[in-house]
Amino acid sequence: MAIRREDTADCFVMPGKMVLPVQYFAGRVGSKFIISLRDDKKILGVKCPKCDKVYAPPREFCEKDLAKLDENWVELGNEGIITNYTIVNYNDRHLPLKAPYILALIKVDGADTPFAHIVSGIDPDQVTIGMRVKAVFAEKTTNTILDIAHFVPVID
Amino acid sequence: MKRVAICAVAQHRIESDIWYKRFQGMLLDVLEDLQKQTGFTFGENGVFDIVSCSDDFFDARTISNNGVCDAIGGHYRGEDKMAQEGLNGIGYAMALILSGHDDLVYLPGHCKESQAESRNMNANLAYDPFYCRCLGLDYLNAAGLQARAYMQKAKITEEQLAKIVVRARQWAARNPYANETKQLEIGDVMYSPMLCDPIRTLHAYPVSDGAVGLLLASEERAYEFTDNPVWITGFGNCMDSYFLGDRDLSVSFALKKAAAQAYKMAGITSPAKKVDLVELMDCYAYQQPMWLEGLGLCEDGQGGRFLDENGPARYNVNLSGGMLTGRPLMIGGLYGAAEAVLQLKGQAGEHQASDVNCAVVHSTTGGAGQFQTVLVLER
Repeated sequence: MAIRREDTADCFVMPGKMVLPVQYFAGRVGSKFIISLRDDKKILGVKCPKCDKVYAPPREFCEKDLAKLDENWVELGNEGIITNYTIVNYNDRHLPLKAPYILALIKVDGADTPFAHIVSGIDPDQVTIGMRVKAVFAEKTTNTILDIAHFVPVID
Repeated sequence: MKRVAICAVAQHRIESDIWYKRFQGMLLDVLEDLQKQTGFTFGENGVFDIVSCSDDFFDARTISNNGVCDAIGGHYRGEDKMAQEGLNGIGYAMALILSGHDDLVYLPGHCKESQAESRNMNANLAYDPFYCRCLGLDYLNAAGLQARAYMQKAKITEEQLAKIVVRARQWAARNPYANETKQLEIGDVMYSPMLCDPIRTLHAYPVSDGAVGLLLASEERAYEFTDNPVWITGFGNCMDSYFLGDRDLSVSFALKKAAAQAYKMAGITSPAKKVDLVELMDCYAYQQPMWLEGLGLCEDGQGGRFLDENGPARYNVNLSGGMLTGRPLMIGGLYGAAEAVLQLKGQAGEHQASDVNCAVVHSTTGGAGQFQTVLVLER
């Protein structure tokens, strides 16, 4: 294709913004999980009756065998280990914190699947895989997993 | 089995901010180029069905294909949108032709990442609002998590990642459609600022705008439009788990499955012996060896050694510069397909490889390579 210089005289770019108020059902499983974080400061998971996998966060069906999970609740620990992490070093509107912050995968005690969350209370250079962390619950609810505000290292 | 051909391809030059041109205009240039090459028309005995590829959020309107239908010949006839990376559109167009529903399909795709203030913010909206979106997950920080897991397993060093980027820029300089062609030294990459640890700024692909189009035909009709058609011999795709914690991020389960499906269809039992050229969607440098593992061209967990043994050069990986030098997210694989077609036709100009008979094209979307697609092309 011929590469040509475009005429840009008297051309303009219009700034825009997509704003779309919505509502979104948390689901019975999601509601129970978040209410438990909010009111009881407890992290719940679900255990698959077929493959015995304990999922966190909980979900209604097992993705492997499509077994129903929502009557098989398990109380998980509020502590766990960091299985993986990245240090977010850029700033953007969708990020909950200013850079740098630690975004980690945390496997709480009793769960088979780690889930993503923020680790605070430590210099990002000091974070390691295998580090033991505990949940700090939010003072104000947001009706999301941010009802755990973040995790902090467990100091022995 | 019946065969489906890619007759011709047209690429718009990729740039980081084509603010001065509407994506409709970019698509029109692509269409005119392709019609000039092949003489194809719409309507009677011409194209009746169009498979387009675009993304609602990058176009800032839903049913994004509605904004471009007139520029792709989509009025007064059939038009289907692939709401996925464009390589999947090739699979869909192939199925339209193999089923006998069509014998000729035009497949255009476009994406202007620059229209979004932040492509990472767009990607954040691909996550659910309760568990992931509120944590700021996007495709960059998901890749940061995967990079750490994979680099540790495959023993990938900073120097190896830097060499991948330096090599990509060298090849991009030979490709007239490539975006970022500024040449780099290894140290430039190794000491570029940390973006999302362990991903550095120069490990990430630049924001990119582009448009690309392909003409597909049944074997019976292909020679009306070209003397040297390229044949689609294999296609496969696979979706991995949504939650990052449900997956072993150091291995691409989905890519292995997608590749197995594509190789089976193509009758390839030993890809390492058969594949001459690869176009990979490597959005971040660590992904180049990782996706080559998934494609079965590098042994599992041996990415580091593979790089030291010049594996990417051996398989002619990304002689176009690849995704790393800039391609728009939703059509990264479609550009790869266009490049592979040029290579198989012997029309790749300054970056032409010799004796290319079988090429593999790869694409991915979702966080940390959740969804994977593989296309096998032969001449």
